[in-house]
Amino acid sequence: MLSDRALRFGLKPVAFIVSLGPFFWLVWAAVTGNLSANPLSDLTNETGIWALRFLCISLAVTPLRRLSGWNGAIKFRRMTGLFAFFYASLHFLTYVIADRFAGLDFPNGIVSWTTVVNLGKAVWDDVYKRPFITIGFTALMSMVPLALTSTARMIRRLGGKRWNRLHKIVYGTAVLGVIHYLWLVKADTRRPLTYGAVVAVLLGLRVVWSRQKARRLVPAAVPARG
Amino acid sequence: MLIKKPADIPSSEITDKKAYLDRRQFLQAASGTAAVAAAGLLGAEELLYAATPAPHGRKLDGIRKSPLSTDEKPNKWEEITTYNNYYEFGIDKDSPSQTAHSLKPAPWTVSVDGECAKKGPMNFEDVIKGETLEDRIYRHRCVERWSMVIPWVGFPLANFIKRCEPTSKAKFVEFTTLSDPKQMPGLRNPVLNWPYVEGLRMDEAMHPLTIFVVGLYGEVIPNQDGAPLRLAVPWKYGFKHIKSIVKVKFVEKQPLNTWQESAANEYGFYANVNPAVDHPRWSQAQERRIGEFFMRKTLLFNGYGDQVASLYNGMDLRRNF
Repeated sequence: MLSDRALRFGLKPVAFIVSLGPFFWLVWAAVTGNLSANPLSDLTNETGIWALRFLCISLAVTPLRRLSGWNGAIKFRRMTGLFAFFYASLHFLTYVIADRFAGLDFPNGIVSWTTVVNLGKAVWDDVYKRPFITIGFTALMSMVPLALTSTARMIRRLGGKRWNRLHKIVYGTAVLGVIHYLWLVKADTRRPLTYGAVVAVLLGLRVVWSRQKARRLVPAAVPARG
Repeated sequence: MLIKKPADIPSSEITDKKAYLDRRQFLQAASGTAAVAAAGLLGAEELLYAATPAPHGRKLDGIRKSPLSTDEKPNKWEEITTYNNYYEFGIDKDSPSQTAHSLKPAPWTVSVDGECAKKGPMNFEDVIKGETLEDRIYRHRCVERWSMVIPWVGFPLANFIKRCEPTSKAKFVEFTTLSDPKQMPGLRNPVLNWPYVEGLRMDEAMHPLTIFVVGLYGEVIPNQDGAPLRLAVPWKYGFKHIKSIVKVKFVEKQPLNTWQESAANEYGFYANVNPAVDHPRWSQAQERRIGEFFMRKTLLFNGYGDQVASLYNGMDLRRNF
């Protein structure tokens, strides 16, 4: 297995750069005109997909660690989780700019307090009115406390147990992310359902493991079954 | 009207076949490599927009201008031929531009059926026989909130319908798209209930704005845009503009169009562009004109209200969406 040093100074920086790959690719493609005829829609869609992918990857860390026995995997959990938040934030930002801001009227000019107020209202109205936006926004908001408590200091402050309990929120985030995607597509549900299946397996493993653990902890309470 | 034989095209108009093939090979290789990389990484979707604009093809001759055209600036050929919703060739916007080369638009037969006197198969050449082609520059509004201005070439559907001699029982016209898995790779996926079907009420079909389209930008229409024969009904959402039509049937009852069949609460039969009637999941009040940043306000009947609003007098547009 890899040494701690190799992990810290080798694999982790590499993973970091690779994780930024989609971001740089999107920027490059947008600047050079390599997106479709509707680049704003592409940017919104792609950042959303990458948020979901990183959510899946971060949820896969623990199962990977358990199934492979490679404990070093844990070193990537925070990074991949934060990248999920990074892409989800970009996703929200492109939506706010390309969908909400671009649809505003500017009675007092673009640079004005009215614009700020109207933009806030346009976002809030959409979040309130459109279920798939509501779900997506909720998913993003659910990641905020996780990102804020992702530092070693916050883990110490909260204590491992409480921190762990708090971070179970991410299970809900992933489910909301899949629903958000599912409610967005027109007819072809294969892609969102694929992500749904991935999330289901990753969460399902946890259910199975926690049951096994419960059984091991209180063997007397569980009658043996034939 | 005349479609010049290929030999009549000035050679300067034609992309050198080798260059064209090389280009395609290069793109296939490039996108193939990217796809393998992507599949290796995450196992599913494409990462690159490997859209290939349609090669410029045969020029159409004797096209007349039309007073029904808008004077708005048309979208680019590249935009119109790489950003397509044509699920028979894949669900991504750039899929048809990559896969529609497998469609064989000639020879082409349209079968005429139902409540009319002149039934039977009809060669494409007979469909356009005697028609004067017109440039019809129309606004095109997709139900997905994007829009384009497209310089179609076509002729009034009414002319064709008259030639079919519909009976008094013909209240609607039903159109069917080709459904041949050999030519259309997207048919493998049961995303919609193939073949794609659309329909119009007789008065809508007879309206002077409604046209059979055979060309784009003065050229024969590219495969990804619905070659060789498609519909344009500019006051309705894009999905009513059925492509690659192989069947026209005159019927008494309102046809069940494919998208309505797929999700009746979201897509209706009429599908008239209407900023006041939202899609259940998104607002239809605004649209993004492809190539622009700021959204435009969507116009009732896509701005063709003066011509078509009377078709729907006394009709509840909210219920008949």
